Order: sequence, then C-alpha cells, then structure tokens
Amino acid sequence: MIAVIDCGGANLRSVSYALENLNIDYQICKKKEQVINSSAMIIPGVGAAKNVMNNLKKQNFINIIKEYKKPVLGICVGMQIFYEFSEEEDQKCLGLIPGKIKRFNKNNLTIPHMGWNEVIFNDDSFNECNGYYYFANSYYADVNKFTVGKCSYGNTFSAFVRKDNFFGVQFHPEKSSKKGSKFLMQFLKQL
Amino acid sequence: MLTKRIIPCLDVKNGKVVKGVQFKNHRIVGDPIKLAAKYSEENADELVFYDIYSSVESKSVSLSWINDIAQNINIPFCVAGGIKNIKKAKEVLYMGADKVSINTPAIENPELITELAKTFGSQCVVIGIDSFFNQKNYVVHAKTGSTKSRYEVGKNTLDWVKEVQDRGAGEIVLNCMNRDGVKEGYDIDQLAMIREVCKVPLIASGGAGEKEHFKKVFKISNVDGALAASVFHDNKISIEELKNYLKKQKIGVRK
Repeated sequence: MIAVIDCGGANLRSVSYALENLNIDYQICKKKEQVINSSAMIIPGVGAAKNVMNNLKKQNFINIIKEYKKPVLGICVGMQIFYEFSEEEDQKCLGLIPGKIKRFNKNNLTIPHMGWNEVIFNDDSFNECNGYYYFANSYYADVNKFTVGKCSYGNTFSAFVRKDNFFGVQFHPEKSSKKGSKFLMQFLKQL
Repeated sequence: MLTKRIIPCLDVKNGKVVKGVQFKNHRIVGDPIKLAAKYSEENADELVFYDIYSSVESKSVSLSWINDIAQNINIPFCVAGGIKNIKKAKEVLYMGADKVSINTPAIENPELITELAKTFGSQCVVIGIDSFFNQKNYVVHAKTGSTKSRYEVGKNTLDWVKEVQDRGAGEIVLNCMNRDGVKEGYDIDQLAMIREVCKVPLIASGGAGEKEHFKKVFKISNVDGALAASVFHDNKISIEELKNYLKKQKIGVRK
C-alpha cells in the first residue's frame, strides 16, 4: 500500500486517480498510524511550503517522514520541503537534502513557470523517462550533487532529486499524461 | 524549453459542451468527458471548462462532472463559471481541477483575487478578462455570458491586467470579444500590447480559425498559450496537425 499524505494540497485527488489508473493500492493518510504498513509514501504538495510544513507538523508527520526508510516521493512543494529552507515566506524545511528553495527572478521570465517543459534524466532507473512534464512553480531548487533530472527556465534547475530513499520532483507526474504515468511506474519499481 | 500551450476550451451548459458565435446561439457539440479524453489523447496541453449556465444564472457549477474529468484525464484543467468565493474555489479545486478561472466576481470584488492567491497559491488562480474594443479603447466587460446581462465595467483592459497581477493572479486569459467565434485570427495587436505589461503567463482567446493564427499569436504577440474552441470541436484543425505545423515554424510545442 502506498501512503498518500494529506498535507492540505489541492492535488490530492489527482494523485489518487493517477495511482488508481495504474492499479496501485493506496491510502490517503491524515494520521501517522496510517502509514505503518505502507511500502512507500507520496507527499503531494500544492500551495506554499509554509502551509505544507504546518500541516505536516499538526499531523505529527515530521519525524515519521524523516525516519521513514522506504521510498518517499515528494511532488512540487512536497519536494521543496525536503531541502533546508524555502525563500517562500522564509520557511525552514525538513533538511533532508542540502540547499534552499529560491524564487525565479530573471526580469524577462513570466512567473509562475507554468506549462510543459523538458526534463533530462541522469539516473539509470529513469533514463527512459526523458520528455515533457507539467510544471506550475514560482520557486525552484538549484542543481546540486543529488540532482538526477534537470530542466531549464531562465537557468537550469533541479527537476528530479534523489538522496537515499527520498525522491523529489518539481513537476507534476499526476498531470503529465503518459510520461507522468511512466515516471510513476518507474518510481514504484524502486519498492 | 517551456513549450507553448494549446488549450481547447469547452463551454459547458447543462452538462453538454456547446459553442455559440459571439456568446450567442449556443449549439451542442458533445459530451465533456468524451471530448476531454479525446483532446488529452491528441496531446492538448491543458483544458478549460467554462460553465456558461452557472455564470449567467448565478448558480454554481455542479461538482460531480469536475470529479469525472479529473478521474478520466491526466493533463491539467481549469474550471471557470460561477466561482464567486473561497469556499466554492476550494470545492472545485478539491474535486480535482488544477486551477479556477475568475472573471466577473473578480471585477465585482478584486479582493477575491488576493484572497485566492493567498489561500491556494498563484498557480491556481486564473483571471479571465473579456476585453472589447469600442473603436477608441480596449475596455473590460463583465457578465458576458449573455447579451442581456453584459455590461461595460468602466476599466481599461491594460489597467485591469496590471491590477490583477499585482493582486496575485497566476495567469491571465485575455478574451478579445470582437474576435470571439468569428475565426479571423487572434487580436495580435491587443495581445502584444498586453504582453508588454503582463508578467504572468498570458493566454490568447478569441478568433482562432486557421493554423496560421496560432503561429502569429505565438510569434508576434509572444503569448504563452492559445485557447480555442470551435476549430477543434468542428474538427477543422486537429491538435496533432496543429502541433506538427507549429514545430515546423520553429515554435516549441510538446509532442
């Protein structure tokens, strides 16, 4: 069973349907007890980092996530909170991955970065996933040594990050049509 | 590279997709879920559902069809029509819509834009603007769902664009009313003028009839996406054919 964490993001339903369409058993989890028997965790995140962090705190999920040993997939803001800090409302995050989340700030860029952009993967398990994915973000993480998928908007940024059992994507696989389904299947193969 | 978006717009009335000319004489063109699945399969980048009935009759969108759409397609979609407050926006988003588009309620209560952006994030908040050229200026119209209710609100389009983005709108759909449904091409000049001040994604609406119209609006007006209805519903242009054409014109599209 995949534990889908309800952290207040509005894309909970989309993530659930994406899993249903792949015939994956999942449970939406609001309480930490619900994740005990899960084989992986998904943190869908939409909105602001502060909102997601506050919801995780309220539900006592912070330590559960930090100590979880099976694969965890963070989506969008769900990925951003893996880092140490987000410039969005100056929010301290989980600190699982070094680095901070910054705002796109080049003058000629329209913000949010909204629509389909190309991701180039550099991870043996995901190399067949190269292609276009749906993004909707105003903040991003720089490329660092844990980046295994890159995307470009004004500058190159981290679209897919992987450290230990933590996988994070800036894009929305649940909204990225067939490519997104393929990516989710590859993630689920990591179990 | 971020690709240009092709966005079929489905006007929904009483659970059916309809299309009229310049907001009048609606005729049924199909079932929303079937059409959504078809466009998604053809690589449409996004869909917009505009509930005409809710907007005009001051009734809210029935939510179950939103859930059906979310269950059946895995590309982003936006719902417009009758979303007048935070509560309704929340219901629509939690049913599986990725964005809500607000038009008249934002004009009547601009603070709603600020509140929506704060509550859900700018990426969820689309502002639809119906802009009319009155032979002198580009001005904003409200309640354009029917000719009876439609009125000029006394704002210049340019000023309104600036205000909505300052308030946190994450995207603007500019519907150029003089062009709506007449298939003579997007309003390139107006869109280019708006582009100059618009720092959030700008979507062109109104006037698509030929593939060349899309090329022009991307190349000259530099919009982020182009919305169209009847050219797709009537099978005059297929999305696949359009994207092949745009790619040949060296416009970045997702294939």
